[in-house]
Amino acid sequence: MPKLLSGAEIVFKALEDQKVEYIFGYPGGAVLPIYDELKNHKSIKHILARHEQGAGHAAEGYARSSGKPGVLLVTSGPGATNAVTALTDAYMDSIPIVCISGQVPTHLIGTDAFQECDTTGITRPCTKHNWLVKNVNDLPDIMNQAFEIATTGRPGPVLVDIPKDIQFNKGIYKVNKKKLIKKLNGSLSKKLDLKDVDKFIEMIKQSSKPIFYTGGGVINSGPKASELLRELISLTGFPITSTLQGLGAYPGDDPQFLGMLGMHGTYEANNAMHDCDLMINIGARFDDRITGKIDEFSPKSKKIHVDIDPSSIGKNVQVDLAITSDVTELLQAIIKRFKEKNKNFISSNKQKTAKWWTQIDKWREKKSLNFINSKETIKPQHAVQRLYELTKNQDTFITTEVGQHQMWAAQHYKFDKPNRWMTSGGLGTMGYGLPAAIGVQIAHPDKLVVDIAGEASILMNIQEMSTAIQYRLPIKIFILNNEYMGMVRQWQELLHDKNYSESYTEALPDFVKLAEAYGAVGIRARTPDELDEKIKEMISTNKPVIFDCVVDKVENCYPMIPSGKPHNQMLLGPEDEKEEVSDEGKTLV
Amino acid sequence: MPKSKSAYSQPTKFGKEDHHIIVVWVDNEAGVLARVIGLFSGRGYNIESLAVAEVDKKQHVSRITIVTKGTPEVIQQIKLQLGKLIPVHKVADFSRNDTNIIFKELALFKLVGTSAKQKKAKLMCKKFNPIILDKTNKSFVIQVTALRRDIDKLVANLKPLGLISISRTGAVAMTRGKEVFTQ
Repeated sequence: MPKLLSGAEIVFKALEDQKVEYIFGYPGGAVLPIYDELKNHKSIKHILARHEQGAGHAAEGYARSSGKPGVLLVTSGPGATNAVTALTDAYMDSIPIVCISGQVPTHLIGTDAFQECDTTGITRPCTKHNWLVKNVNDLPDIMNQAFEIATTGRPGPVLVDIPKDIQFNKGIYKVNKKKLIKKLNGSLSKKLDLKDVDKFIEMIKQSSKPIFYTGGGVINSGPKASELLRELISLTGFPITSTLQGLGAYPGDDPQFLGMLGMHGTYEANNAMHDCDLMINIGARFDDRITGKIDEFSPKSKKIHVDIDPSSIGKNVQVDLAITSDVTELLQAIIKRFKEKNKNFISSNKQKTAKWWTQIDKWREKKSLNFINSKETIKPQHAVQRLYELTKNQDTFITTEVGQHQMWAAQHYKFDKPNRWMTSGGLGTMGYGLPAAIGVQIAHPDKLVVDIAGEASILMNIQEMSTAIQYRLPIKIFILNNEYMGMVRQWQELLHDKNYSESYTEALPDFVKLAEAYGAVGIRARTPDELDEKIKEMISTNKPVIFDCVVDKVENCYPMIPSGKPHNQMLLGPEDEKEEVSDEGKTLV
Repeated sequence: MPKSKSAYSQPTKFGKEDHHIIVVWVDNEAGVLARVIGLFSGRGYNIESLAVAEVDKKQHVSRITIVTKGTPEVIQQIKLQLGKLIPVHKVADFSRNDTNIIFKELALFKLVGTSAKQKKAKLMCKKFNPIILDKTNKSFVIQVTALRRDIDKLVANLKPLGLISISRTGAVAMTRGKEVFTQ
């Protein structure tokens, strides 16, 4: 007779089987049996956040920087509802998270008991799958399926809701392997079709104005995918642009890289997307911040779309060749086939794409990321550039909040490795960066982790400073402080007749004192002269730091695809603005 | 149209919408129907009718039949999104104009009226496999099976003849011939 285990023990047995090292969480009445069991499992360390949303984003940061699933443990009711933002964020950005939530005892479900909420109902649209466990004997299978579903196919969050009585009940830990799910996001795990591979290569050979457009799918496919991508780009000699989430898959300072594309992408990347005759989308999803006006999106190109999720293909943009596949698998097949048949492709093709590269160089001459620097005030772009220059010689992990600072970080910080860039792209969650940095630092205790932040975003989860102190996590919070919700202010300037409704924060904390209050180090830079020195001081401080970088209050983020315009009609700077944003444009931003 | 200052671009081209019948085979587990219809409401798809019941007691498989309307792109998305749900086994999509597919909807009508009106009403239902389920001097309950649009017409025609209560199922569908749908 196998040993009987309590539900709480079964949870930990499954976590051990899944080789989980860290749980991010917050205790409460309905999960106490699980917390009680924690002491018996030394291989699993619990990181106590200060808010369940913070725990969730920390789990995301851990997952994105390590490639392992993040585990989140919360109580019923408010514990679960606080985790919803993080779960939705993970769902939008395809991050594997396993969330375990406590629930009121089975017999009280439906009675509006204390701290009861319909957790599975609330989280159904923001998880890949969720379960309400009604029998302790179902728990071993559910826990293991949870990890499998979170990490296979297009990754994402799952939730297991466990009533308190189930955590106490005794059952047998037996996993039914057959019950594990065989399908990946609706596409049965079918083999890659060689015909598609050949068609892919044929389209490459036909093209004279090609561009690779790569996204988070490359990162999610693992570090091998980034290596293969670099190999394919070098084999073809084609230009490449990346989405926000794909940054780092290809080196940001490589001459074939055109920079990020999309609403705040570079002039050359967006124009190349518009004018190309072949667009090769690998692991990106034609998001609306990328495409601009969809009806005029890249009108003359043939399009290839590679995605692991079949529902991403044809959702926003119809394509000529659709391949449902993992990126690594696809790239391996393409490169193998390509080498067999096209030994001297670059030299033979150089002529064909020479004109295209000349055109790209012309667009590059616009230097669309340029800005007018100042001797008196720190320009936010300058601050990010200096941070990059002073940290690029060490393996640095960057997280961000959401807003102008996020876009400046994406534009001016050049990543050369995958999993170094953690930002909330799909959901756009302010308050993401600080807890995410905590998760990253947990996964990489000896690396430099910087949260590039805005002063408004950082206040949304500032309580997690306390977590950083408790676990001695020397994260650096680099605040570009302009006292405005900068992106809101920018849109109000461009679209709402400069009516800066509620976008100025009239009362802000003194961030240096705030850092000290938490037991961290506070540093402030006010002028360009002292910036480098202060950044160096931040890097060499082996404690959490809040860096209050006082920047120009009204700097806007350019270039920008304005409201409802296609890729080839960008605003490059303040000079363009007056003529370009028409009333018609305002409807469509 | 008033100028919205929305942060999103608006499409200017719209495809032609067609009726489709989506059939979904799912594990009959707690919350599965909520998953399916939640996907429809969450992504802004239509549900015109819905029929669901367990069809395999042993394997606990339910068959959900949904009548929906959308452009070819939307119908394609519905199929792919449904396919991603964990308890979904397979998804079939039938165009309403497909002659290889049988569609049927069942309706119960209660009519109250004079015997002359009753007679006329019964005559009207004759084409649609009528079965009288209950009868009194002044009323009767009749069951018909027909296409949605025929039942719509019937309802309109029976109104003046004393139709006082209507109960309809959603449409169900099945392929003709010996083949069954496989994915």
